[in-house]
Amino acid sequence: MSLAGIPRKLLVLVVLLLSVLGLCLQSALAADEADHIASTVVSSADPIEQALLDVKSEDAAVRSKAVALLIEKGDASLIPKLDAIRAEADRAIRVAIKPVIDLLKNRANLTSEQSDTRRSAAADLVGTGRPEAITWLEQAAAKEPVWWVKYTMEESAQLIQLRSEDQAVQLVAVKKLGELRSQNGLSALKEFVEAGAQSGATNEQRALAEAAQTSVERIDSWSRWASVMETLFRGVSLSSILLIMSLGLAIVFGLMGVINMAHGELMMIGAYATFVTQQAFIAWFSPEMFDWYFPVALPVAFVTAAAFGWVLEATVIRFLYGRLLETLLATWGVSLILMQAARVYFGDLTAVIAPQALRGGAQVMVGVYLPYNRIFIIVLSTICVLGIYFLLFRSNLGIRVRSVTQNRNMSACLGIPTRKVDSYTFAFASGLAGIAGWALTMVGNVDPGLGQNYIVDSFMVVVTGGVGKLAGTIWASLGIGGLNKLIEPVSGAVYGKVFILVGVILFLQWRPQGLFAAKGRNADA
Amino acid sequence: MPEQAVARQDSRETLSFYVVGALFLIVVPLLNVLPAEDSWLHISDFRLNQFGKFLAFAILALGLDLIWGYCGVLSLGQGVFFGFGAYCMGMYLSLQIGKESVYGSELPDFMVWTQVKELPLFWYPFKNFIGGFLGAMLVPMLFATIFGFLAFRSRIKGVYFAIITQALAFAAWLVFNRNETRLGGTNGLTDFKQLLGFRLSDPSTQRGLYILTVLALAASYMLCRWIVASRAGNVLIAIRDSESRVTFSGYTPWKYKLFVFVVAAGLAGLAGMLYVPQVGIITPAQIGVLPSLEVVIWVAVGGRGTLIGAILGAVAVNYGRSVLTNYFPEAWPFILGGLFVVVVTMFPDGLVGMIRKLSDRKKTPSPLIKAEGSTAA
Repeated sequence: MSLAGIPRKLLVLVVLLLSVLGLCLQSALAADEADHIASTVVSSADPIEQALLDVKSEDAAVRSKAVALLIEKGDASLIPKLDAIRAEADRAIRVAIKPVIDLLKNRANLTSEQSDTRRSAAADLVGTGRPEAITWLEQAAAKEPVWWVKYTMEESAQLIQLRSEDQAVQLVAVKKLGELRSQNGLSALKEFVEAGAQSGATNEQRALAEAAQTSVERIDSWSRWASVMETLFRGVSLSSILLIMSLGLAIVFGLMGVINMAHGELMMIGAYATFVTQQAFIAWFSPEMFDWYFPVALPVAFVTAAAFGWVLEATVIRFLYGRLLETLLATWGVSLILMQAARVYFGDLTAVIAPQALRGGAQVMVGVYLPYNRIFIIVLSTICVLGIYFLLFRSNLGIRVRSVTQNRNMSACLGIPTRKVDSYTFAFASGLAGIAGWALTMVGNVDPGLGQNYIVDSFMVVVTGGVGKLAGTIWASLGIGGLNKLIEPVSGAVYGKVFILVGVILFLQWRPQGLFAAKGRNADA
Repeated sequence: MPEQAVARQDSRETLSFYVVGALFLIVVPLLNVLPAEDSWLHISDFRLNQFGKFLAFAILALGLDLIWGYCGVLSLGQGVFFGFGAYCMGMYLSLQIGKESVYGSELPDFMVWTQVKELPLFWYPFKNFIGGFLGAMLVPMLFATIFGFLAFRSRIKGVYFAIITQALAFAAWLVFNRNETRLGGTNGLTDFKQLLGFRLSDPSTQRGLYILTVLALAASYMLCRWIVASRAGNVLIAIRDSESRVTFSGYTPWKYKLFVFVVAAGLAGLAGMLYVPQVGIITPAQIGVLPSLEVVIWVAVGGRGTLIGAILGAVAVNYGRSVLTNYFPEAWPFILGGLFVVVVTMFPDGLVGMIRKLSDRKKTPSPLIKAEGSTAA
């Protein structure tokens, strides 16, 4: 054996030493345990520290007392500690701790810097249903600067009150929710109404039901209003897309007598130009710069589409002046080619990520939410209309364009280079389509069929509005876009389109030349 | 146009009509039946069926040529009338499937999927052939009458009319795609089994349908010839060339336009009716904006303002399509788009115009005197 060489005394010593060490360790451990037991028995000086220990107790009563204490006195600094406890505790304790964490977190978030965080904290507090939250919410609401967040805080407070045992408190909350036009309270209020309608209902329940009924009616009538507002907004938003598209079409149609069926595809080119700019930013610039791609894409989209338009005019359209139907067919052919080219080159699904500033939306009224991207499009189309107005009616080029529109031969005689005017105007109108495409990337995917979705409607706008009149195009696009969205909820999008078509045909019975007809010797154009 | 030239052209067209007619009516079916399968002269059942389809399209093109080539009214909604005819016949054929359907129900299969328990009322007339036949002819004509009355009476013309009819095609496509219209939605009507007791899968039935299509095409051609040669035909051409002058001469152009629009719709319905049993399916994809525009390109390629050109264009473009899509499926939209551009900008008289130019170098005026829009600002 290898031990044989070791002196016997040494061996005995080692064994002895080891056993002493073992005894010491054992006693130390025992002492530790004793300490531990002592700490639960002897109450700690700090009640919160105490409660933190108590929540781990096996005893449900002790636990719930600790939970109540933590909710009352605790703050956000406890959350990491609670999370740590939760991570290693068993299921019953985890369930007990969860509401504490939620409450404390949301309470802390009520004073967050971000208004969205404050609002969602207020909304989340309803789910906990703790009466303590009411005072927090009321305090936070008193200091809240953003009306929509303040509204949510008040609403949440009332929603919690609704669960009170005291029926007088409930009655107040029911009335308050009615005043607030609370959409979220609707289902709870309806339950009160139902409870009051049952045969065994007490007088108090009946009174509550009555109050709930008035509140429900108030909320309903308000939400009808809100949906009207939202429909109007959607109508205006669609109208402005149609408007940007139709403006280019109408100018070209009025000036050169060209029906440009490829206008939708020029828009598609604008959208793809935006997409390519985005990809370039992803590839070559740092992520912080990413949002800048969108403003940069604007000139890119305009110039690309204008260049395509210029080439189209120079190669195809100029051979077809004065032959309206032929321009329609030829440009349709061009649109087929462009669409297929986009399909082959880019594939079917490409999307543009909206920059930070255009995500989300604004809550302008209770129940009315306006997405920023739609607002952006409305603003953009307004700017476009103003820009076109100044260009056509307040600039030298505008005077030439209008004079060529009115009488081509006479303008030529007066020394206006009509060919150049045509070429510039067509390129400009194409660029306008490019801007429309740029804007449309914010509301949908970029795909080869992008232009086709709007082209039929845009032509309806041009036909209804009459040729060569800005005002006609504006009114017609407002009318057609608005009607579209007005009919949609009633009959669905498909029959909406059919009704619009029937409407336009009937309208043309009354005004065959469109809303704002050219009069006099130009009338038979 | 000098009268001699007209007479010469007429006699030439008549001659070619008889020659080509005999070729299609007698020689092609004989080549399908007589030579051995591997002979180079043999025309397979598939080819014969395909020709039948092209000739049905030619009827559709004739209608468009009548209204566009002769009257100067560009309708971009012919696909809709075609669709009405095709769907009417398709409904009859669907009901003829009877117990042979996948689910063994008397109702068409798609109704079983979409939980329709009873045959919708408007399907009842299509239970027998007479109903299907009359529906295929009358529904498009009736619809054209109403639509045309509203459009022409309020003097919607030229490009406005083109845009409105295009919107019509778009709207019709949307509506036929819906399931609740009880017309099979996106899948359309298909899986037909028999027509008047003849099995549709039988080559001899298809041969019969082919011959029927040739005869129908011949009859349509004669009808169009007769209309064009009549006094009304002269008025139509006059409307095309200068509508205001016709009005000032005491005619009411819209009545002539309406008449020819309704005839064109009837021809489209007839084409649709013949198309369905030969192709065996009709879906909304056949009646949208693009199919309606394709008709225009057939006529433009063939040569508008000549009836033979419409037929020639329909057959040539469709034949080219069937060949090319075999080899380069992705290229077809490029070719179609290119055709639009090239024909419109460089060959406004189409194939017929080119043939005429080549065959006689004498100065015959273009059949197409500057068309509509020549006064456009």
